[in-house]
Amino acid sequence: MLQDDLRCLWYIAMKDLRAYYFKPPNISWGILFPFAFVLAFAVRNPGDLRTLIPGLIALTLLFSTSSMEAIVIVFERRLGSLERLLLAPVRLPALLAGKLLGGMVFGLTVTLVVLVIVLIVFGVTGANWPLLIAALLLSAAAFAALGAFVSVAVKEVFEAQTLANFIRFPMMFLGGVFVPVASLPPALQVVARLLPLTYAVEALRAALWGGSPLLAALDLLALAGFAAVLFMLAARVLAQGVT
Amino acid sequence: MSDVIQVTGLTKTYTTGKGSPPLRAVDGIDFTVRAGEVFGFLGPNGAGKTSTIRMLTGLSRRTAGSARILGLDLVTDLPRIKKHVGVVPEASNLYDELTALNNLIFAMQLYGVPRAERRPRAEALLARFRLAEKRDVPFAKLSRGMKRGLTIAAALAHQPPLLFLDEPTTGLDVMSARNLRGMIADLRDEGVTVFLTTHYLEEAERLCDRIAVIVKGRIVALDTVDGLKAAAQGRTAVEVTLAGADGVTTRRIETDDVAAAVQTALAEAGDRRVMAVNTVRPTLEDVFVRLTGLAAEAMLAEKGGKGGGNAAG
Repeated sequence: MLQDDLRCLWYIAMKDLRAYYFKPPNISWGILFPFAFVLAFAVRNPGDLRTLIPGLIALTLLFSTSSMEAIVIVFERRLGSLERLLLAPVRLPALLAGKLLGGMVFGLTVTLVVLVIVLIVFGVTGANWPLLIAALLLSAAAFAALGAFVSVAVKEVFEAQTLANFIRFPMMFLGGVFVPVASLPPALQVVARLLPLTYAVEALRAALWGGSPLLAALDLLALAGFAAVLFMLAARVLAQGVT
Repeated sequence: MSDVIQVTGLTKTYTTGKGSPPLRAVDGIDFTVRAGEVFGFLGPNGAGKTSTIRMLTGLSRRTAGSARILGLDLVTDLPRIKKHVGVVPEASNLYDELTALNNLIFAMQLYGVPRAERRPRAEALLARFRLAEKRDVPFAKLSRGMKRGLTIAAALAHQPPLLFLDEPTTGLDVMSARNLRGMIADLRDEGVTVFLTTHYLEEAERLCDRIAVIVKGRIVALDTVDGLKAAAQGRTAVEVTLAGADGVTTRRIETDDVAAAVQTALAEAGDRRVMAVNTVRPTLEDVFVRLTGLAAEAMLAEKGGKGGGNAAG
């Protein structure tokens, strides 16, 4: 059974990547959107652009991972093709994991392009590579799980887009991308601690520019927690659909 | 002949909102499907056909009762059952973005068909369903009949011994429907057990070895086509066509005694000319109407149009 689950998980992810993710609009959206935001912020607040790099990478990962992920399940449910997967010899958590893997692979691929550009342009040296890889993987998992939860929680594609943006845009401004969390009012700092993007930015900052290993470990732990909780919630909602 | 599906007391109840009583869509049905037969599941809209098929394929949980499919328990062995079952839902639901070939390959990947077998098997299925020339065309760009054929091909990709077909010819033109019926007959000849729901009574009559009629969640009849008709023997009719000053008229007499009915009709003919005398045996439609109280035309109208052509061919 586990073998069936793993096989289906893999092929569901590959099918999603081929059918939905690696399309020009998705790639350009994933790359251009965070660049545009960061550039706009930098023009308005000229300073050390290097401080924006972790946020830029985290934003790229958030949008490239979750944009299609938030749509793909509800889209397939509307078309009826999700039923094909429900009929296949795969358990629901593995089916969902396949959906997440597709989003993660796409998000990480797009982010890798941005990361390479940033590393070259800003000449980043001395990065903590194991921490960087762990931060990217766990952030991608958390963002993909967030997208999947949105996708199973709604009935229409436009609802998914609305809900995803309702969550992502406040997160973008509260998650430490443009303004450090510490400089936010206390109440907003509490809100920021409830957002996975906050931990992604902090972990990436520690990986690129150095920081407390303990805090970085806690960031990774928080990201893993977000990924696990959101995955379980999404799996539960998806299972409720089989009435 | 062994039983491929054994259903006992299968029940499905839906909650319908506050204050409303629960809806019992399937009400304790029992039936078996034998290996190698085409088993028809007939009933008007809302009778419980889809609820039954969804429970048997794992898309919906049963409220009560039990079912064994291919000797495996529906609840505890569902993943194993899924490996050996093909399902063609009412709507063709492959992936618009994938080509015909890649849709079949993906279906095989899900079911663990060895890599070396996938391509040749997909090509063979495309040829069988007359889609070889469309192998690289995205599913979205195929005609409705081609989509239907490819959806059935995908359900057969892992060579299941049991195939569920939910309204396979609904909405198809006459030729596509005719081709599909031919393919269903071929599948039976190959030993595949087929569980077929359809609104087309002639289709059921032509294809099915046995038929269960479900009405309001309960099976009201289950027999071979001939057996069902035999139960309606009293409805044999004599039709006498007469030509006279008032034009051509047809007199229909339903009777148990054909000879007496003919004599009666001829006696009533008077000076009109007898053009034809026909004995009309009961059709499956007659049986269906008697069991459900619903004429076939009304059932098709409920379904939303004719489509599918007639079952000729």
